Amino acid sequence: MSATTLDAATPKASPAQITAAFYDLNEHDHPEGGSTMLGFWLYLMSDCLIFAMLFAAYGVLGGNYAAGPGPKDLFELPLVAVNTAMLLFSSITYGFAMLAMAKNRKGATQAWLLVTALFGMAFIGIELHEFAGLIHEGATPMRSGFLTAFFSLVGTHGLHVTFGLIWLFTLFVQIGAKGLIPANQRRLMCLSLFWHFLDVIWIGVFTFVYLMGML
Amino acid sequence: MSAADHHAHPNPHADGHHDDHEGNHGSLRDYLIGFILSAVLTAIPFWLVMSGAIADKQATALVIVAFAVVQIVVHMIYFLHMNTKSENGWTVMALIFTIIIVGIALSGSLWVMYHLNHNMMPMMSHDMGQVP
Repeated sequence: MSATTLDAATPKASPAQITAAFYDLNEHDHPEGGSTMLGFWLYLMSDCLIFAMLFAAYGVLGGNYAAGPGPKDLFELPLVAVNTAMLLFSSITYGFAMLAMAKNRKGATQAWLLVTALFGMAFIGIELHEFAGLIHEGATPMRSGFLTAFFSLVGTHGLHVTFGLIWLFTLFVQIGAKGLIPANQRRLMCLSLFWHFLDVIWIGVFTFVYLMGML
Repeated sequence: MSAADHHAHPNPHADGHHDDHEGNHGSLRDYLIGFILSAVLTAIPFWLVMSGAIADKQATALVIVAFAVVQIVVHMIYFLHMNTKSENGWTVMALIFTIIIVGIALSGSLWVMYHLNHNMMPMMSHDMGQVP
């Protein structure tokens, strides 16, 4: 550390000495993936901002029905309740997959991932069924500001779940091929954050869009 | 099954410089508590709205928003395993920053647009009458 006390302005200091004074040349070892979890968390926070903007758009436009159908004409709460249950079940089964991973049980991890995927696909299936019904009734995104904001918000969430499912199947295959290697464990932990994060967003969706819409 | 299945701890971060986020998977107990709490905190707002148990709509809205906030905290703690120590507190710092930004953006958008609607609509028709 004595090098840092060197006065860089002294004419006698060689370029090498100056470099040593101002740069950390003895860089310590960074383990691979050591900062992945923090980086992924920061990504999730930025994703959170995207959803915040979509919620804000829904909050502003949610009352503009343009003489078209409103939430009470369109939403079916029992269906939404089933959908919410699907996502919640998929959250707990992903948790079981993580517990199996922590115990290094490859088969159990894959099995729980598959169960999670089934619940996730049920969620997407019900959501697509709902969207198809709405569009069939003429409640398309083009119908009113309310429906534009609704489809943007709920559709973006559904798209996230879809990409989560693609990621999940990719990891399923990778674990099958390479086992629970550190890289795969890291990926599973990132997907865990992503998957639970989507459940958190869904709490906002069913509360502010569906439940408040039916009041 | 290959040798990869038999590591004692498959992801050892040998040096103590980077604090390990491993071992932060939560326990079965955590997941079950989180799941039961979430199920209850989801079921009650749905029941409140579907049965209309509270006559006052404003009150119902406030109650279900309160349930949502509590459930989000439950998810953060039991599913996302948030704590103030992970990554030297940077995850919590990022979360607090995000909450502040989201709060400003949401409340600001709603506030401004509400007043815009409120002020524009009557004035337009009023001004139309003044047009010579």
